[in-house]
Amino acid sequence: MSFVLNEDEQMLRDSARAFLAESAPVTALRALRDEKSPTGFSSELWSSFAEMGWSGVLVSEDHGGVDMGYAAAGLVLEEMGRTLASSPFLSTSVLAATAFNLAGTDAQKSKWLPRIAAGETVIAIALDERARHNPDHIETRAKKDGNGFVLSGKKRFVNEGAGADLLIVVARMDDDQIGLFMVDPKANGVSREDRRTVDSHVPADFTFDDVKLDGDAFLSGADDSDAAYRRLLDAGRACQAAESLGVAEQAFDDTIAYISEREQFGVPISSFQGLQHRAAHLLGELELARSLVRRALTTLDTQPSQAPLWCVAAKAKATQVSRLAAAEGIQMHGGVGMTDEYDIGLYYKRAQAAGEFLGDDAFNAGEVARMSGY
Amino acid sequence: MSLENFRKETKDWLEANCPQGMRQPIKSEADICWGGRNWTFASEDQKVWLERMAERGWTLPTWPKEYGGGGLSKEEAFVLKEEMKAINARSPLDSFGIWMLGPALLKYGTHEQKLEFLPPIARGEIRWCQGYSEPGAGSDLVSLRTKGVLEGDHYTVNGQKVWTSYADKSDWIFALVRTEADAPKYNGISFLLIDMDQPGVTTKPIKLISGKSPFCETFFDDAKALVKNRVGEAGQGWEIAKYLLSHERAGIVSEAAFGGLNPVTAAHQSGEVDADGKMSDPILRGDVARLTIDGLAFDATMRRVKEEADHGEGVGARASLLKYMGTELNKRRNELNMSALGYDGLLWEGEKESDGEVARSWLRSRANSIEGGTSEINLNIVAKRVLNLPGA
Repeated sequence: MSFVLNEDEQMLRDSARAFLAESAPVTALRALRDEKSPTGFSSELWSSFAEMGWSGVLVSEDHGGVDMGYAAAGLVLEEMGRTLASSPFLSTSVLAATAFNLAGTDAQKSKWLPRIAAGETVIAIALDERARHNPDHIETRAKKDGNGFVLSGKKRFVNEGAGADLLIVVARMDDDQIGLFMVDPKANGVSREDRRTVDSHVPADFTFDDVKLDGDAFLSGADDSDAAYRRLLDAGRACQAAESLGVAEQAFDDTIAYISEREQFGVPISSFQGLQHRAAHLLGELELARSLVRRALTTLDTQPSQAPLWCVAAKAKATQVSRLAAAEGIQMHGGVGMTDEYDIGLYYKRAQAAGEFLGDDAFNAGEVARMSGY
Repeated sequence: MSLENFRKETKDWLEANCPQGMRQPIKSEADICWGGRNWTFASEDQKVWLERMAERGWTLPTWPKEYGGGGLSKEEAFVLKEEMKAINARSPLDSFGIWMLGPALLKYGTHEQKLEFLPPIARGEIRWCQGYSEPGAGSDLVSLRTKGVLEGDHYTVNGQKVWTSYADKSDWIFALVRTEADAPKYNGISFLLIDMDQPGVTTKPIKLISGKSPFCETFFDDAKALVKNRVGEAGQGWEIAKYLLSHERAGIVSEAAFGGLNPVTAAHQSGEVDADGKMSDPILRGDVARLTIDGLAFDATMRRVKEEADHGEGVGARASLLKYMGTELNKRRNELNMSALGYDGLLWEGEKESDGEVARSWLRSRANSIEGGTSEINLNIVAKRVLNLPGA
C-alpha cells in the first residue's frame, strides 16, 4: 500500500487530466444541459474511454481489460470530478464490472466483461428505492418461477438509467438474501421515467411489473450473494468518493484563482486574512479527504477484507469536503459565484448529487460508528 | 545485518532487558521519565530501563553513536519502535533535548558542541527547556527583546522569557537572545545555550486553568552565556528557531494523534451505552463518528506526508497545516470525552488519584492550538507558503 503514486499511476493521472480537459471540459456538461441531452452523457466520449483503455480498468486481461485496480479507477474518477465529466464510467466500468467480478458465473463474465472493456455497453445499477440511500431498504422481489424468476418492485434515481442497455437490479430473493439480476430495460413489464437532476445528469426511475427473467439473469457465481452486494457497495463508495474529491479539488483551485485575480480596495482579495484563513482551513480538509480516498482505494486492491471501514470513512469525508469546498467557493467568489456564467455553481450542484449516491456523510458516519462497535 | 536478524536480536534484547514495570501503560505524568540533574526516578525499574537503553544508544536510536545515539537506520529504528510497542515498553526518556535541541544541534552545532551536549541528553543527565516567547513577543516572536551584550568570552543576558515549559525543573535553557542591536530584526537574534545553575537565572511557575504549572516565567539578570555555547553564527538564531519550531510542531501533532482516552471508552465508563454497546445519545454518537473519521483521515495524512517526504517532496510549511489540524482534532476529542462522561467528567478532586484527570486533560488541550504557533499563525503560514497567497 502506498500513498505516493507510482509511475504507471502518474502516467494514468496525467493522461486522464489532459484528455478530459480536451474532450470533456465543463463546457461539455453545459452543452449536454443546454441541448437537453436525453441521456445526460455523450456516447462519443464513452467510446473514447475504451480507446484510452479506461473502460476495462477492473476487467482482467483474459477478458480484454487492463486490470489496473481500484486505485487506478479512482484516479480516472478524480479527474472526471475535476471537469465534471458525465460518463457511465462509475456505473459500468466500476460497479457493473465489480458486480460481475464478485458475483458473475464464468459464462456471465465471459459474455459481459469484454463488452464493458470495449466500451460497447452501458450498464446501470438499480439499487435505491427511497429518497435516501439505504442498502437494507430493498423491497424489490425476485421470486423463483420454474427455472427463472419474476421481478417486481420500484427503483429510484438509477444513474445512467436513461441511456442504459442493461440494468443490474438489486432484489430480495425468496430466502430474503440480496441477489443481483440482469434486466433488459426494454423487456415487457419494465417502465422507465427519466429524471433530470440539478447536476444536469439524467437518472431514471424504473418500475418492474412481474418481469419474467431467465435463470441466468441471476448473478449466481458468489458463495454469499449478500456479502458480494456489500462489497460492491463499498467499492462503489470509495470510487464515488474519488469523483467527489476531484470536484472538491477543482472547486478549490478555481476559487484560489478567482480570489487571486479579483481586486477590491486596490489589492487582490486573496491578500485578506478573512479569506486566507478560510482557504487554508479548506486545504486542510482537502488533505484529509485525499488521504482517506487513497487509503480506501489501495486497501480495496491489496487487503479487501480491511477495506469496508476505509470505504465508508472516505465516502463520508469526501462528501462533506466536496460540499464544503464548493459552498466556500461560492462565498469567496462573491456575487459572480451566484451566476451561471461561472463554473463554481456547477461544482456545488455536482457535489450535492455525487454526495447522495451510496450514502451521504451522515449515512456513512453512521456506518463508521456501527463498524467501530458503538 | 538484515532487518529480519535485527528484529530478532532486538526482540530478544528487549525481552531480556525491559523490566516488567516498564511494560505497563503510562498512568500519570510521574511515569514519564524526563531525566536531568534533579530527577527523582519514580521506581528502580524506570532507572534501570533508562540506563540500559542509554548504554545501547537507544534513547536516540538514529543519532550517530559518537554523540550517544544508536546509529540505527530509519528502518531499524522503526523495527525497534514496533518491537517496543509489541511488549508495551514505555519510552525510556522524553525530553526537549531529544525533540528540539538535539535536531537543531545536529544540523547547526559544531563537532565540539555536539560532543559536549548531545551525550548527556542521550543519557538523560541534563534536562533542557526552551526560551522563546516573551511577554511582548508571542505570535510576533521576532519582536523579542531579551538582550545579550558581548563581553569578552561571553554574552551578558538580560530580559524575560515566558511559557518556558518545566523551566523550574530544567538544568539548561536554549534561548533566543537579541545580540545584534543594530541589525534588522530577523538578523539580530542568536541561539544561546545558557546554564541555569547561576545566580542570574530565576524561574517562577505559572498556575494554569488545569490546576497544574507546566510553564514558567524565566528571568535573566546579568546572566552569563559563553560565546562558545552560541549555536550557529551571531544573528542566525531566527533561522535555527524556525527549523526547531517545525520539530516542535511535529511533536505536538504526534501527541495529538496518539494520546489517551477516546469518547467511546468514556461513554462506557459513564454507562451512557445501550445493552448492545451502542452510544445512547444518537447525536453525540454522530459527533463521535465524525471524530473517528477525521482521526482515521489524520493518521492516514501523517503517513502520506511521511511517505512523500521520503520521496523528496518535503514536509516544509505543511507542518503548519498538520499542526493546525492535529491540535484542533485533539481539542474536539477532549470535548467529546467530557460530553460522553457527563457529570462524571466534572470531577476535580476526590479520593482516587485519577479523579480530575479527564478534566485536566480537557483543559490542557486548549493550549494545543496556542503553543508552538497559534492556529491563526499557522493558517497564515499555510496561506502564504503553501497556497502562495500575497500579503504581510
